[in-house]
Amino acid sequence: MDLPVLWFGIAVLAWVLFFVLEGFDFGVGFLGPLLGRTEAERGAAVRTVGPVWDGNEVWLVAAIGVTFAAFPDWYAALLSGLYLPMIALLLLLAVRGVAIEFRGKHDTARWRDRCDAALALSSLLLAGTWGAVLGVLVSGLALSPGGEVQTGGWLGGLGRSLDPLLAPWAVLGGFAGVLLTTVHGATFLALRTTGVLRQRARRLTVATAPALLVIALALFIAAGHAVVAAAAALLALAAVAAWRRAEVVAFAATTLAVAGSVVAVFTAHLDLGAGTGAWVLLRSTLGASGDVTLGAAAASPGALHLITVAGVVVLPGVIAYQAWSYWVFRRRVTSGPVRPAARRPAPAGRPAR
Amino acid sequence: MTIEDLTRLQFAVTTLYHYLFVPLSISLALFTALLQTAHLRRTRRGGDDTYGRLSLLVGKLLMTTFAVGVVTGLVQEFQFGLSWSSFARFYGDVFGPTLAVEGMLAFFLEATFLGLWWFGRDRLPALVHLGTIWVVAVGTAISAFVILAANSFMQNPVAYTIDAQTGRARLGSFRELLLNEVNLAAFPHTYAGAVMAGGALVMAVGVWHLLRGQYGEDTAEFAAFRTLSRFGAWATLAGGGLVAVSGDVLGKVITQVQPMKMAAAEALYRTTTGAPFSIFSYAPLGSDRPTFSLEVPGFLSFLAKGSFTAQVLGLKDLQDAYAAQFGPGDYVPWIPVAFWSFRLMIGVGMFAVLVAAAHLWVSRRSRVLRPDHRLAQGLLWSVGLLPLLPLAANSFGWIFTETARQPWLVFGLFRTADGVSPGLTFAEVAASLAAFTLVYGALAVVWVKLAFRLVRKGLPQLPPPAPTEADAGSDTGSDAGFATTY
Repeated sequence: MDLPVLWFGIAVLAWVLFFVLEGFDFGVGFLGPLLGRTEAERGAAVRTVGPVWDGNEVWLVAAIGVTFAAFPDWYAALLSGLYLPMIALLLLLAVRGVAIEFRGKHDTARWRDRCDAALALSSLLLAGTWGAVLGVLVSGLALSPGGEVQTGGWLGGLGRSLDPLLAPWAVLGGFAGVLLTTVHGATFLALRTTGVLRQRARRLTVATAPALLVIALALFIAAGHAVVAAAAALLALAAVAAWRRAEVVAFAATTLAVAGSVVAVFTAHLDLGAGTGAWVLLRSTLGASGDVTLGAAAASPGALHLITVAGVVVLPGVIAYQAWSYWVFRRRVTSGPVRPAARRPAPAGRPAR
Repeated sequence: MTIEDLTRLQFAVTTLYHYLFVPLSISLALFTALLQTAHLRRTRRGGDDTYGRLSLLVGKLLMTTFAVGVVTGLVQEFQFGLSWSSFARFYGDVFGPTLAVEGMLAFFLEATFLGLWWFGRDRLPALVHLGTIWVVAVGTAISAFVILAANSFMQNPVAYTIDAQTGRARLGSFRELLLNEVNLAAFPHTYAGAVMAGGALVMAVGVWHLLRGQYGEDTAEFAAFRTLSRFGAWATLAGGGLVAVSGDVLGKVITQVQPMKMAAAEALYRTTTGAPFSIFSYAPLGSDRPTFSLEVPGFLSFLAKGSFTAQVLGLKDLQDAYAAQFGPGDYVPWIPVAFWSFRLMIGVGMFAVLVAAAHLWVSRRSRVLRPDHRLAQGLLWSVGLLPLLPLAANSFGWIFTETARQPWLVFGLFRTADGVSPGLTFAEVAASLAAFTLVYGALAVVWVKLAFRLVRKGLPQLPPPAPTEADAGSDTGSDAGFATTY
């Protein structure tokens, strides 16, 4: 098999895993405070992602690392062209991660409220901005033949990298991102919690999935991408499954819907009839000479060979131990009262956690 | 200020900030693993759980630190494409695989297994649980080794060819890239610097608790903090020794591959035989002769070449040689920064070693550190400062090694000025720098607050051991107990 094509597949897989896994992290991030009415319920919501969010986020490291390693030109054009949105995403990810980790490191209600607020706001903005960035992958960037965006510098130059976010696809992507994360986060919460939290999450799935279904169908009519149609069908399935209380099915359906949407975005400009070298990874709105193509962007055969050897050995292991980690933490998280001291005799003066 | 300067400033700020948390994460992971191993050994022999409680305290500090290290490290992964896209295109073939291998091999290990360690305490068998923190510790070391290989390429490009068609670097041998002679010295140097940073931190935590008088001298907590303070002091001392030895080797390698850097470190303008090392020196700006200088004769020659009488090339000769080799241009780095960052790196680091040695002396054998002790007052004073010393030394080291390589991004191969993203606007970099400063500043304040609170709470109790029945289904207790932290 052609190594650049293999690595395009692996890069898309890494991006898909990032969006699927962090998708529910983001969803839980802003749904937790919304669905959890008491402190204990909010804490339980955050605990569903507590052990795994960091490992999930590393898929972004993998995705961007693989993109850099296999297609340096794609990496360079995408990041420098979307400079400010990317910086915003990185800072939001910083706030989000620290809000989760630091939430329980100090034991006052005010501290937790603040962390919850930071977590919810950053997660919501992350879902929207990532959605918009995926939209830009569809609409394209104003890339000159050198692979750089050098136009649109309104506001003294600030606008250069913000301009792409104003494209209709980007705006649509932003909204779709928030809605899709809402449903995906809700099916995850329903799967991982008990009691009222589980019930509310299930109801939210039933309420939001149809709205997304309509958007997905509109997208299918506009873009005609078969994967979008499949995603729409999956969302319908998620709604029905949540209504029938089949939580595993509902979560599997939103997982596949997110994966399908991401695949649709990354393959939006692939001309399967053309040679693989001519596949467009990043479209230029200024004409085909600015397009970043698979053949031109690929790293040297030596570099691709190296990461192939490393990837084939390492990635299955990664997936295996991450799966093990989910298995270890498979029990549902409850917001019930803390079990009394019978099981953990706390000596006097034991520091509160 | 040009856009290149601003972009460099942004890289410096984000990298140095990230590098405050990296050495602490590396060393605290190692310490947690070591302490938990000691705990397991001791309790298996029917001993108390002092080491376990210490490992939990250090592990909590690790969790808090690691979180900031992860989120700021992610930024580093993107920087090369964001601000340095021309460099990413030139160097992508070498750097990309290195980053990808680091991500696949090390990041996943650290992130996944740290989650398993923290939340898995009451779900995993004791040995497996111990294994998870060791995996984290090993992961951080792999991570450091691979990423330093990427940096070593910038100091001393090896294992590459230049593509005749594109003019870009092409990866030759990954093995050679990893085993770059600069990396073989830089990795132990950096790792030992990290051990010093964590050592000084846990030593300060221990000393502070001993002198605070909260625990009586016969309590388990007092004994534990005494152990912790001495453990940290030994780590600082051992780290300091390894830093010195590896730094010596590194200096000699750098003299070979980047003579300009070592000449800049000493502000040695003229080629000199038996060159002295000045501990302190003052020269008016623009002058090439110091008006005042405190010197150790022949020591620079020794540092650079291993002989007190060896010849060390001066800046002027090197500038002429480079101008002849690479074309006209200024090849001399910013001398005051190189000169002072080099000295501060050594001085500040060695001061931390001195404090550690003083503490080991004061608390030797079974001596107890009391607040009324003569030296104790001094130690207490240094406690607030102590954790900052190795961190500052680490930062000065990076400032030295990166600024004294200028004007090169990859030495002799690619200039910094050519690396900046071509389309980038001044306003974008300024806006992002402001945003980074704001968010990073807030993170620092929160981290310090949390670390202080954590330390002030004293020695945590260990949660109960794993339940024997590995039951499925919901379990209120285990989630709400230890992991109420979330």
